[in-house]
Amino acid sequence: MYIAVKGGEAAIRNAHRLLDDRRRSDRSVPALTLDQIVGQMALAVDRVMAEGSLYDQELAAMALRQARGDMIEAIFLLRAYRTTLPRFAAARPLDTFRMRIERRISAVYKDIPGGQLLGPTFDYTHRLIEPAMADDPPVDEPMRRLSEAENCPRVTDILGAEGLIEADGQAGSDGEPGDLTRDTLDFPISRDVRLQALARGDEGFLLALGYSTQRGYGRTHPFVGEIRIGLVDVEVELPEVGFPVGIGRIRVTECQMVNQFKGSAKEPPQFTRGYGLVFGQSERKAMAMSLVDRALRADEFDEERTAPAQDEEFVISHSDNVQATGFVEHLKLPHYVDFQAELDLVRRMRREQERPREETESVQEAAE
Amino acid sequence: MSATTPTYAFAYLDEQTKRMIRRAILKAITIPGYQVPFASREMPMPYGWGTGGVQVTASIIGPNDVLKVIDQGADDTTNAVSIRAFFERTAGVATTTRTTEATIVQTRHRVPETPLAEGQTIVFQVPIPEPLRFLEPRETETRVMHALEEYGLMHVKLYEDIARHGHIATTYAYPVKVEGRYVMDPSPIPKFDNPKMHRSPALQLFGAGREKRIYAVPPYTEVVSLDFEDHPFRIQSFDRPCALCGADDVYLDEVVTDDRGGRMFVCSDTDHCEDRRAKGFTGEQVHQEAAE
Repeated sequence: MYIAVKGGEAAIRNAHRLLDDRRRSDRSVPALTLDQIVGQMALAVDRVMAEGSLYDQELAAMALRQARGDMIEAIFLLRAYRTTLPRFAAARPLDTFRMRIERRISAVYKDIPGGQLLGPTFDYTHRLIEPAMADDPPVDEPMRRLSEAENCPRVTDILGAEGLIEADGQAGSDGEPGDLTRDTLDFPISRDVRLQALARGDEGFLLALGYSTQRGYGRTHPFVGEIRIGLVDVEVELPEVGFPVGIGRIRVTECQMVNQFKGSAKEPPQFTRGYGLVFGQSERKAMAMSLVDRALRADEFDEERTAPAQDEEFVISHSDNVQATGFVEHLKLPHYVDFQAELDLVRRMRREQERPREETESVQEAAE
Repeated sequence: MSATTPTYAFAYLDEQTKRMIRRAILKAITIPGYQVPFASREMPMPYGWGTGGVQVTASIIGPNDVLKVIDQGADDTTNAVSIRAFFERTAGVATTTRTTEATIVQTRHRVPETPLAEGQTIVFQVPIPEPLRFLEPRETETRVMHALEEYGLMHVKLYEDIARHGHIATTYAYPVKVEGRYVMDPSPIPKFDNPKMHRSPALQLFGAGREKRIYAVPPYTEVVSLDFEDHPFRIQSFDRPCALCGADDVYLDEVVTDDRGGRMFVCSDTDHCEDRRAKGFTGEQVHQEAAE
């Protein structure tokens, strides 16, 4: 006899219990500590903070551990917490000129004031799995610079002094940045909101879009003006005291892409900018973001919009991996009511298709 | 390391957010069928799994409400169970499976068979709120089409169905016109349920979280399924009654009973079916068993 399925509640409870078990796995192996994750999986933590758009290494590490290492799941956990937090102020624009630099490179000048600084990079490593890394071999202490580093001028400022690159954009009249997590997106959107969306956007999606511009789908002729990674102070303006107050220090990656521009009726020939800024150390994301930012500015330079990367509504509507994963994965929810309706329709259409044939056949039989 | 311990408000959303959503709901009620943009929040469940409906419910629910949650017409489908548990946990409200006892019904893909009454609110979970989306992918375009009441494209689509198949081949999420003005997506309910929306005494709210839209049909509002004079709108009909309760005026689920082509049809609305059986109605399965 058929009985309507009951017990969804118990099934869910047991599924989550099994999930807990799988997450913890072998109990005789010590559990990962948050310090271990923050220290040794630092770039994973950085990505969760960047796309979760919440700078908190501990929470990101907790999310990663809870998500069994699933990045998007961890990002989702962080986002769902972030959305409940009160907003008490918008920080002043970060002053990356005064960044405590760990890495800084430029591809457009051989040498620059302040020098090229490789820093902790995978570049130029040979991607060979080190058998010794299976254990915990001793690691040398790093070399340290002897004197405190001075502020490094930005390469775009060097170009700007000559007037060869467009000026930095101006903030809106009230100076308040838009916030897509508090206001509705209303296309076309302003560049500050667009940059916010890109900074939260999925690294893989932006990487692919940035890559597509290099392969001719919305070419922008980019050069890496400068990438810098390091610590910057976060300051807020407190009306009570009347001057900016430092509230902490965060690690960011900034990429300034320098792009060719032939000039227009309004503007002389000059270089243009694509901008990327990402929490933590994430050069790939910052570079992809700056490529896409520049591609999305097509209208500003009277460039024809023909490629996906130039299409704001397409890019921004699909760059959020928490939204994307939710909607793709919702397909596994039951759809049998709608499927029943389709099933009925397909059967009916097939009946209708077969009926004329049967009728002709029976007419033939009668004639014989 | 000391980790921050998160704390949450009644029904999860903070009061500022609820106020923002309530404003959107009020606007939606005053312009029936119009999609009101709102600053949808990240919810602790995935986008596409009812975040819009959950935000609407969280914004209107009070401690004295009685909540019913259904998915595919049933109270015990896993996502319905999960959403009901969410409100039990975050708002501590009473829940029910009985349509008549509920003050708020949150639903995915169905309208209950038991007619809703004055004072009840039904909250629909909506994946794609824009009825014109599959004809025109751009929001900037569809907004203009609604503003100009330019719905020709939709009629052309329905007409093409008739030209090709002899009838309109849309079976669910069948577009409706609300109070003679806005064309609206009724959410992916089977078209069988569309007539239940027409002049319903209940307040009907629609939440699309990922797409950041809220819309509404106030009580006793005209909701007309699009059609043509010579091809009037018709709902699905089943050629047999529910095998459990014998109802012949309800939407049925087809249940595969074996791998030799065995099928049976039972009420999709589990509460309605249980209620009828409690009242002594029986279907063919019960008759067969009695015969054996």
